[in-house]
Parts: sequence; structure tokens; C-alpha cells
Amino acid sequence: MPLSSRHLLGLQGVPKEDIQLILDTATTFREVLERPIKRVPTLQGKTVVNLFYESSTRTRISFELAEKRLSADAINFAVSTSSVNKGESLKDTVRNIEAMKVDMVVIRHAAAGTPLMLTKLCDANIINAGDGIHEHPTQALLDMYSIREKLGRLEGLKVCIVGDIAHSRVALSNIFGLKTMGAKVSVCGPSTMIPKYIQELGVEVIYNIDEAIQENDVLNVLRIQLERKAREYFPSIREYIKYFGITSERLEKNKKDVLILHPGPINRGVEISSDVADGPYQIILQQVTNGVAVRMAVLYLLGTLN
Amino acid sequence: MKLLLKNASVLNPVQNLNEKNFDILIDDGIIAEVGNNLQQTSNDLKIIDLTGKIVTPGFIDIHVHLREPGREDEETVETGCNAAANGGFTAVACMPNTEPAIDSAEVVEFIKKQSSNHLVDVYPVAAASLGRKGEVLSPMAELKDAGAVAFSDDGVAIKSASLLKRALEYSLMFDLPIIEHCEDDSLAGGAMNESFNSTLLGLPAIPNVAEDLIVMRDILLAEYTGGRVHIAHISSANAVNMVREAKKKGIKVTAEVTPHHFALTDDAVKSYDTNTKMNPPLRTRKDVYAIIEGLKDGTIDCIASDHAPHSIEEKEMEFEYAPNGIIGLETSVGLAFTELLHKKILTLEDLIFKFAINPRKILNIDIPLIRTGRKAELTFLDTDLVWTVDKTKMLSKSRNTPFDKRLLTGKAIGVVNNRKMFFEGRFTVI
Repeated sequence: MPLSSRHLLGLQGVPKEDIQLILDTATTFREVLERPIKRVPTLQGKTVVNLFYESSTRTRISFELAEKRLSADAINFAVSTSSVNKGESLKDTVRNIEAMKVDMVVIRHAAAGTPLMLTKLCDANIINAGDGIHEHPTQALLDMYSIREKLGRLEGLKVCIVGDIAHSRVALSNIFGLKTMGAKVSVCGPSTMIPKYIQELGVEVIYNIDEAIQENDVLNVLRIQLERKAREYFPSIREYIKYFGITSERLEKNKKDVLILHPGPINRGVEISSDVADGPYQIILQQVTNGVAVRMAVLYLLGTLN
Repeated sequence: MKLLLKNASVLNPVQNLNEKNFDILIDDGIIAEVGNNLQQTSNDLKIIDLTGKIVTPGFIDIHVHLREPGREDEETVETGCNAAANGGFTAVACMPNTEPAIDSAEVVEFIKKQSSNHLVDVYPVAAASLGRKGEVLSPMAELKDAGAVAFSDDGVAIKSASLLKRALEYSLMFDLPIIEHCEDDSLAGGAMNESFNSTLLGLPAIPNVAEDLIVMRDILLAEYTGGRVHIAHISSANAVNMVREAKKKGIKVTAEVTPHHFALTDDAVKSYDTNTKMNPPLRTRKDVYAIIEGLKDGTIDCIASDHAPHSIEEKEMEFEYAPNGIIGLETSVGLAFTELLHKKILTLEDLIFKFAINPRKILNIDIPLIRTGRKAELTFLDTDLVWTVDKTKMLSKSRNTPFDKRLLTGKAIGVVNNRKMFFEGRFTVI
């Protein structure tokens, strides 16, 4: 059965069957990644443009690798954020790219809603690689894939997203995806970083990190974006570490076997201590490997729809 | 030339006029005779049969951005006035966020000159502070003498409480209002209303308390100084309630609402259509209910469009980067009739107060009377006309409307003013 949409703009409203299909397909590609020759001819002759309006290393490399392993022609188009509002409009850029006959566009943009805008400007399949503080669906898919790989299921699991929920596209996509797959989702972080209306999504809000550790099977620890305005939302990094940092002492104190995810890049010693980031509970590097497989699955399923 | 309007229902609540099958004879722009079944024979006579239609005092929109001087690519005084006439307005008050700002007598006079030959009267609202910067008071007395009808820093609230206090005190000398865009600067800057929808859409948001704080500040300063504050484009439930309580206490505060703030909620933003981006932003259903209550009980005095033309290029940007605002002159009356008259929220008489009478009272402008010897300044209405908004047929220079293709019931079908008529899509001299 094919996917129900020809774009992946977010996980809001994406049916369970579609998520299941992507995760199952990713399992196949995960095996490919273990072979000596890690390339399949599936998307041969297809052209994918990685249109990155915001600097990104790992997501772009992960997509590029996924495209190359599927034998697609991958083209990178990086636009520095400083040229926004000065140079060519998004509309003109996209029309130019389309005129070069591309099949798929992977877009990363600092403004929410831009992937949806692209679907109206061109005929290519659009994949959202992160739009503002809205959604980052492939990150949530790879998080779910990694949880399922480790714990064998998503249904009925208790997952807590920890950190700056209000300024995170990873949080929103995880909430939509995990809820659809039957997980129980909570969020934990300083109250200034929890959106006022988040509970309307059926998400529990926890302010005490020890409680969050005790009550959950999985913690998805978000990066505290030190370079953004996020720092205005809590008094000091010292206070953040003291009340929300994931440390081995804290895990031991709560005597809990909890799976720890982090979308990276890590601020060691801030949201997560070095010993936890390298320790037995985490699957941070598996997430990175799985990310390629999940993106291969998304590219394959969308690229072979038409 | 003489113009005879035949068989109209003629309504003007300020003169207790409510007649059916009524005729109005206009000679050289002046009402020459009114009554039933007027007989006229003249070579130079034009007769318009308005059976089933309504004639009222000319409507006025007191919140319009004409973009001239400065952004003539988006609108000019002339195209804005054309749009006003097409929307059923005989007068507009234009806001001072032009380039340069309307902060000198010269700019006021320039705008008056640009509109001097038009059917539509243009009343400039001058900046309250020089350059709308919130630092130094504008020359308010001089601006008033040049023709300004109110003062506003438009687009932003007057920056400090102390400057607003002084502006209110100074304006006491000429009984003109300070029009306030109520938004706390430190809470401003978002792209939509803060709500469940902004959480879903991942858009930076403006909480409605940003509006409420300044409405409260302004009410308190109006009370303290005795000056007059007019709240532009009120949009939050709390703000409506605060204005209601202030009016009960006799504080001199008035308020306007835009059609988009009662016709839409922030659900419309889900499309990321930049024509749903405005400031104040579209709010929630709860706010719309409060606005409707405010319109019904008179807390909200008038309807004004906040007509804000923007070029296609500017609006085709990413939602967060696109400018705020939509054009409204040509959909305002239709939306009000559809959403308020036909849903039995307001009566036709109420709407005449909101569109013709109250806004003029706020700006101290004479209300047109339908009486022999008076200047003919009239709007023709067809309250039952079903029509579809077509942005390609609008007379505004810009096209940024979220209401394109919307089916509306009720329309202003013509206007008369300054010896001119706009009817059936044409301007004629009468």
C-alpha cells in the first residue's frame, strides 16, 4: 500500500498506516546499510534537491547520504540566512529549481509553513527537513524507529520529551507521531519553555525531572539552543543543569532503566552530562545511523509514488 | 445636471428619517427636493430607479492606509479613493504611516490636494509624535488647522505613558481623539495570535494580553487627563470588556473593529496564507463572540477596515517574513451585512450608526443629512444582493485579501458626493 500523501510536510494528521509503512520500510534499508556495498538502484534517474535555507550539518548529510544510497542524483542548494529578504524570493528560487526538472525537494527553512508553500509553487514531492519551530518529521520518524528497534514497540510506551519544548520542531513532530502510534507522551522542562496550549494536544506536563525519569520508559532530551534566544527563558545555565540536566547521579538516584535519545548536536554538560551521553542508557549514535535508513524509506516511498 | 433617485427606502436615524418609496432630487450636487413621487421633466435629468434599494448618509471608513506619499506602487490617494467609492464609502480617514509620515502641515495639505477632485473626501489622521517615533509631540495645532482630524502613531502604540499623557492633554484644546494601535512593544513581534493554533503551526505568536495591557493603560490615561482615546481595530475579548467598563464610568473612550476580526478566527491561518497575517492578528472564537457582544451593546462604536495594501511580492513571502495587513475597503460593507445583518446580530439602523454616524462623531465630522438644501452625500445599499468577491475586479491597486471568491449577501451599490456619482462601476459627474 502506498503512502496517503505525496509530500511529507509534518506528522500532524499522518495516519498510523503511513508511519508504520515508513518504519517497516526503514528496517529493510537499515539492513542495506550493513552491507559492504551500501547502494541500491531504487531511485536511479531521480533528482533530489536539498534546499537548505538554514545551516544544518547532520540533517543535510543524512539526507544526502540517503539519496546517494538510493542512487538518486543529489544536489545541494544552500542559501545563507543572511540573504533572505535581499536576494531572490523563495518563489523564484523554487520555480528556477523546478525548471531544471527535479523530482523531489528536501527543504530546511527558518520560517514555519515554508514546505507547504512549496507544494503550491512546484510539482515536486516536498520533504520537510525542519521548518522554523513547527515540524521536523524525519527526526521524529527516526526517533520512533530507534525506540521501536530498542524496545520492540511504540504502543503503550511512556515517552517524555525534555527541554525547550516551545522552540522545538522536534518536540511537535514527536508528539504527533508518538500519539498516533499509541504512546503516552509527556513533556518536561522549565515552564517558560512549555507552550501555553500544549495540553490540548493530549500531552502531560511535568516540571520535576526526577518524576519524569521515574514515570517514563523513554526520555527524548532536546538540545538547549544556547545560540538562540532560548537563554532568555531561564535564569542561568547553572540553574538549568541543576533542575533539568540528565546526569548519571540523577538516573541512579531514580534507579530507573530508561532509554535516552538526543537529536543532537549535544551540549555536553548542559542538557545531558558526558557520562550519560556516552553511557549505557543512550542510543544517540544508533539514532544517527537509523536516520539515514528512515530518510531512505521516506525518499523511496515518495519517489516511487508517481 | 439633475439626478432623480426614485422609489428608494431612505434611512437616516439621526434625523428620524425612515421612508419607503421615497424620491430624492439632486441639483448640482445639492439635495433640491425630497418626497414621495416627485415629478420632474427636464432635458438634463438622469433618473435612477432604486426600487428595493436603500439610501443612507454616505458611509465613512476611518482606518485606511492610502500609502501615498511613499508607497505609490501599492496604493495612491486616487486608487484608494476609487476603492472606497466601489466599497460604498463617501469618505475615509487615512493613517499617517506614510513616507514621510503625516507629521507636518505640508503632508496633510498634499494629501488633501491629491483628493481634492475626488468623489471621496479624505480626512488625514496625523502622527501624534514626529516621525511616529514616540519621542517628540507632532505640531498638533498646526496639523489640525491644515485638516487633520485625529492623531495616532499608527502601527504602534504611543511609546511611553508620559508622551501619551501629554498628547491627550494637548489634544484637549481641540477635542480631537488620539487613535491608538494597542500593542505592548515588548510582547509584540509575533506572526499570529498566541493560541492552540500557534502551537500547532509553530509560528511565533502575539498574546492578546499585549493588546489588553495598552488598552488598560490608555483607558487609565484618558480618565486621568479627560482626553479622548479611540481604540483602533479592537480584537481581544478582554479589551472589549475593558472598554465597556470604561464607558460605564464615563471615560472618553471609543472603539472600532475590522470586518476580518468578526468574520475570521485564527483557524484561517492554518493555510499559512499570508493574507491571513495582520496586526492585531486574527483571534479565537471566544474573542469573536466578545466582539459581537460589543457591537450589539454599543461598546464598539464603528466598523473600519484597516485597509492595508501590500504588493504581491511582499505578500508572497514566507509567512513569518510577510508584512501585516489586508485590503478591506471593497469587502467591508458586504462582510458586515453577511456576518452581522443577515445573522441578526445588528439591524440595518445599527449598521448605519456603525458605518456613517458614530465614526463621524468620533472625528467631529458633520453627519450628512438627507434634507433639502444639504450637500448630497449618500450611499446606496442592496442588502439582499448575493455576490462573489473577485479580487481581479477591485479598484484598489493591491490584491491582498483573504476574502477572494467568498460569497457575500449585501453590498453597497453606489455613492454620491461632491457632485459626482459612482454607480454601476462608473464615475459620472452629476
